[in-house]
Amino acid sequence: MNDLYPLIFVFLMALSMLIYVVLDGYDLGVGILLRRASDAHKDEMISSIGPFWDANETWLVLGVGILLVAFPQAHGVILGGLYLPVAFMLIGLILRGVAFDFRVKAHDDHRKWWNRAFYAGSLLAAVSQGFMLGIYLLGFDYSFASVVFAAFVGLGLAAGYTLLGATWLILKTENALLDRAVRWARGSLWLTGFGIVAVSVATPWVSSRIFDKWFSMPNLLLLAPIPLLTAVLFFACERQLKHMIEGRPHRAWLPFASAVGLFVLAFVGLAYSLFPYLVVDRLTYLDAATAPESMKVMLIGIAITLPAILGYTVYSYRVFWGKTRELSY
Amino acid sequence: MDPLVLARIQFAANISFHILFPTVTIAMGWLLLFFKLRHRATGEKKWMDAYGFWVKIFALSFALGVVSGITMSFQFGTNWPGYMQTVGNIAGPLLAYEVLSAFFLEATFLGVMLFGRRRVSENMHTLATFLVAAGTTLSAFWILALNSWMQTPAGFEMIGGQAHVTSWWQVIFNPSFPYRLVHMLLASGLTASFLMAGVSAYQWLRSDRAPAVMAALRTGVFVAAMLIPVQIFVGDQHGLNTFEHQPAKVAAMEGVWDTERGAPALAFGLPNAKDRRNDYAIGIPKLASLILTHHVDGEIRGLNEFGDRHPPVAPVFWGFRVMVGTGVLMLGISWWCAFRLRRGGEPSPWLARALVGMTFSGWLATLAGWYVTEIGRQPYLVTGVLLTRDAAAATPVPLLGISLTLYLTIYALLIVSYVSVVFHLARKRKLVDRDAEDLGQELPQ
Repeated sequence: MNDLYPLIFVFLMALSMLIYVVLDGYDLGVGILLRRASDAHKDEMISSIGPFWDANETWLVLGVGILLVAFPQAHGVILGGLYLPVAFMLIGLILRGVAFDFRVKAHDDHRKWWNRAFYAGSLLAAVSQGFMLGIYLLGFDYSFASVVFAAFVGLGLAAGYTLLGATWLILKTENALLDRAVRWARGSLWLTGFGIVAVSVATPWVSSRIFDKWFSMPNLLLLAPIPLLTAVLFFACERQLKHMIEGRPHRAWLPFASAVGLFVLAFVGLAYSLFPYLVVDRLTYLDAATAPESMKVMLIGIAITLPAILGYTVYSYRVFWGKTRELSY
Repeated sequence: MDPLVLARIQFAANISFHILFPTVTIAMGWLLLFFKLRHRATGEKKWMDAYGFWVKIFALSFALGVVSGITMSFQFGTNWPGYMQTVGNIAGPLLAYEVLSAFFLEATFLGVMLFGRRRVSENMHTLATFLVAAGTTLSAFWILALNSWMQTPAGFEMIGGQAHVTSWWQVIFNPSFPYRLVHMLLASGLTASFLMAGVSAYQWLRSDRAPAVMAALRTGVFVAAMLIPVQIFVGDQHGLNTFEHQPAKVAAMEGVWDTERGAPALAFGLPNAKDRRNDYAIGIPKLASLILTHHVDGEIRGLNEFGDRHPPVAPVFWGFRVMVGTGVLMLGISWWCAFRLRRGGEPSPWLARALVGMTFSGWLATLAGWYVTEIGRQPYLVTGVLLTRDAAAATPVPLLGISLTLYLTIYALLIVSYVSVVFHLARKRKLVDRDAEDLGQELPQ
């Protein structure tokens, strides 16, 4: 039983990170797209994420919180190794989070600056997160080649978030903005696909352990659905977007659903590559786990609160279901 | 430069910046619920207008609290790895319970509260307002449980250099927790009510005397006037509790170097750490002993009894005086103002200016109080268990320097923006209101 606790917590941590990436991914993506939108569209875009962004970011606090609390040793190594990119990500999240409020409340002359802060903060947070992933995968190596690789992952993740953001806008907006969102989605879909392929090729290449995990029998066959499904979702999304550009706007949910699917598959692939390590090839989740007694105490709290959290999260999405009306208070 | 000093400055800057905003929102949430319930009870439009204005400032404060809180959740680990290694079994679950029980609740229902008024029923919107207020308060409960435990640890045993819990009840309800929680919640009440009174007085001075402004002004003044005597009493009780459990902190607050009976309360003095005495001290004889021991000749243990295990004296000594001084000013101004405002009266221009000057007095007193209690805990991170220097990370100085510069720049920018936007909103309210009145006057013609 005591060995089971760390496993449960590594699962819960991965789950909250995945939920974070998808949920904050779409609202960071909308922020990145803000720069390309007209002023009227900017308000509409931000209205579409206004009620959700705060709760979305809480999943990051939970994910990092579980890492800190359940695997303190790994937390020290990981966040110590990512000290500066973490600081940049936090600066990005701070800028963006406050720009939400300042842009509508500050003096009209300052508004454009807060819009810029919103865009810059979203982009900085997204790129930093991807950069952190890249450096993390390479075991906190800061050689020139590694930094280039990590910067590339950073751009790839930003493209992925932009895809989530654009497909979210397809769900939530109408008319001229919807048309723009479809085009944004198509551009970012190709960038995202390129990013996924690049990371998938590079990761086994840098770690022979990961290479063996994927390219040995029977793993190769058992894992084949992951890349295959990824390809299917990619082309389904591409086809749907093409239809929408040609003026056949049915099934507006499909691009967002397939973008989420792409993220889930990429996440599962990465999780499989890393497991059971929390720090690549150095520290497993069992080595890093804290005392079972405090895991037990937290599990009680999670068992009580997580269903409630999921319940009222669903409730809040239902309240704001459908196309965004202009939101103000 | 010493990395420990940089790491401490960085964390102090973060936590000082962060504490400003929850201090506003914890109590402001309940004040908004009050407006909402008054509106439902009386049907008067002014309460909803006041809600509509103050919910903007609430949302802005909330956003600043969220982003600075996220920063802190990372810094626990990056700057203080020894903290989690030693007391992670206690700090971990308490932090986790805060996120699980409070963070998600307030964040999710904030969306409904701000944007959902036309999408959910009136009852649901009131419930959302309540849940946001309850979430912020619950958050304070967990954080103060942990903070109090660091001050007066209980309910654990040390095994192999790690704290293991023997009783969660004793961990949470540790000796200083009830005092600290009530003291902090009242501090939030005073911060929010003086903010409300100050901004409303500013609007009043600019001839914006709409019913909503007067309602907020009266609410702010009367809540402040009610809370401040309670706070002074609770603060005194908290001091007695500290005297019992953390005598070195009290000795620093009072500037007592040598153990003495019938110690004076110093109205002024410059603590001199080098010669271990106070220069130019002016004291009221026997008052400190009377306050702390309720006896004119009561004994107060001096700093010299604690060797080098006592906090730096000057910041604790001065922080305490700033806090108490601000509290006395709060008492005088809020009572005077409440007297003027009774039975529908108006403030005088000078009194209104005094209120404007006191707009952020809650921040000053809260920060001063936090410095007293947190610096007063030094050199320990967890009293008697873990020294601050043993918990620090070996982060290279350039990394600390770069990140600290970035954080300080952003925080300075945000504080200036926040204060100016609060007053900008206060001015804008009148314009919006006048537009509405103009429209109303056009209709009958």
